[in-house]
Amino acid sequence: MTTIASESTTRPVPRHYRDTGNRWQTVLLEVFKYAVLIPLTLSFAFPLYWMISSALKVDSQVYTMPPILLPFPVHPENFINGWQILPFTQYAVNSVVFYTVPAVAFTVLSSTIVAYGFSRIRWPGRDTIFWLVVMTMMLPWAVTMVPLFITFKWLGWLDTYRPLVVPALFSHPYIVFLLRQFFMTLPEELSDAARIDGASEFGILFRIILPLTKPALAVVALFRFLWAWNDYLGPLIYLRDENRYPLALGIEQLSRRANDVGNFSNGIPYLMAVSTLVALPIIVTFFFAQRTFIEGISLTGMKG
Amino acid sequence: MAASTEKVSRYTPQEWRNLRLGLLFVSPWALGFLLFTIYPLLSSLYYSLTRYDLLRPPVFLGAKNYLTLFFDDPHFWNVMYNTLFYVGLSVPFGVGAAFIIANMLNSRIVARSFFRSVIYVPSIVPAVASAMVWQFLMNVQYGAVNGVLRYFGLPIIPFLSNPGWAKPSLILVAIWAQGAAVVIFLAALQDVPRSLYEAATVDGANLWHRFRNVTIPLTSPIILFNLIMGLIVAFQEFTVPWLLTEGGPMNSTEFYLIHLYRNAFEYLRMGKASALAWILFLIIVVFSLIIFKSSARWVYYGGEK
Repeated sequence: MTTIASESTTRPVPRHYRDTGNRWQTVLLEVFKYAVLIPLTLSFAFPLYWMISSALKVDSQVYTMPPILLPFPVHPENFINGWQILPFTQYAVNSVVFYTVPAVAFTVLSSTIVAYGFSRIRWPGRDTIFWLVVMTMMLPWAVTMVPLFITFKWLGWLDTYRPLVVPALFSHPYIVFLLRQFFMTLPEELSDAARIDGASEFGILFRIILPLTKPALAVVALFRFLWAWNDYLGPLIYLRDENRYPLALGIEQLSRRANDVGNFSNGIPYLMAVSTLVALPIIVTFFFAQRTFIEGISLTGMKG
Repeated sequence: MAASTEKVSRYTPQEWRNLRLGLLFVSPWALGFLLFTIYPLLSSLYYSLTRYDLLRPPVFLGAKNYLTLFFDDPHFWNVMYNTLFYVGLSVPFGVGAAFIIANMLNSRIVARSFFRSVIYVPSIVPAVASAMVWQFLMNVQYGAVNGVLRYFGLPIIPFLSNPGWAKPSLILVAIWAQGAAVVIFLAALQDVPRSLYEAATVDGANLWHRFRNVTIPLTSPIILFNLIMGLIVAFQEFTVPWLLTEGGPMNSTEFYLIHLYRNAFEYLRMGKASALAWILFLIIVVFSLIIFKSSARWVYYGGEK
């Protein structure tokens, strides 16, 4: 922040502006910029603000016209009551223990090994085969959805998390791609020195490369966490038993209950409260790991 | 290269060792590629030529699934229209909006990272959670938007309950969740060398000229990337329309993946669903190829190529 402030005071005025006396144009442009950006940002933020503020209301505050921007009195007990209408603690355990944690662990481990093979070992045909990885990144998941369902049904894996988690053992093309980008930036001499000392390739990967790419691992782990936590279609296809639902399906279940009029009061506040609680880990992680998120996302587009 | 003079083997022992090691390291991917990409691709091609309800063995039909879809299924063309409408508006407007926002954020600005964060966060919030709040916001009776309109005596907007409004409303939600593209664009814009802008300014280029002749060429590879990725995602949009409108009202938001999902998992028509999947696959390939081909004219790769 300080650098930006000092920049603005010391920045030399471009000759062009001074010569043509164009300062009004610059000022106008500045005003216009904020006149667009501020309302825009507010409207981006509003839905999430509305989610949180509605979570603190009761029915009488929800169905009032005009809508209440700042609820008073607030009803934080909605977060507890809404959570208890359905077994959300069970759903959270399912989301974390059976889906997110294994998916992240499996994907990161397998993709690290694969990315190492595609970047730090020079073998004939490597870059040609890597093109196949890039191609699979662009393959529409809709094409493999039906046959995979048939296969997993045949294996008796329906109503378990195995169809969502076992494929993670075989690496993820997108994450292989990102990790490879990171690994390529490390100097080759690093590996060569270790090889001369008699280190195995696995030794080099785990003792030399990985300690240097911790930020990269954080980026891909974060992405994988996001995909698993937010996944809706996968669980929708494979899980039937409500006790095995992850949070995403739990929210949908709650919304169906809340929409049946007369089922219980404060349906919308409860729904918003639970949605807030499910979005919260993502938002909190974002604010703590903002740099990691932004770097990772930026890298995505690096190679065009 | 000493190896080239040897006639016994094309590779030196060192190269053989590297080949073995390399293949060992990428073997998880190779196995997964065969099991979860190649095999499903081929089997789905086979299923698409059959009638298969998971209960009885598949019955071979030849091209009948495809022919029925194309010539004897008005619903399919409606789904196609909905999907193309959605993709055709959400992708260009989404990428365009993201590019413009990124450009504004890239200029000299206070609290840039704050603006960027606020715009990015909607794209990582669970789609189910954001679908819930949008459904509430866009509700005709007690939604906040219509609440304000009604308060001022303005006509209300039937966002999700009118076939004409439903698609644009869903496109709006999609654009709201475009933050990742903004961040990617912003990173690319920050890589454009300042000196180029300064040189252009000295040469008398105004803001528009600099945008047109410096910014756009130098970020065009990223525009291409975001267009292609946006296309792949938009063609397969499922969660938000499924939760907000379930394909309605009057099938106006029955998008491709919703239709595919229904056929596969509600009607258990695995053959028809596989045919739908292959048609979608080909459509995405064709669209991507068109964009790639055209990119030769408008994408600038600097000195790299």
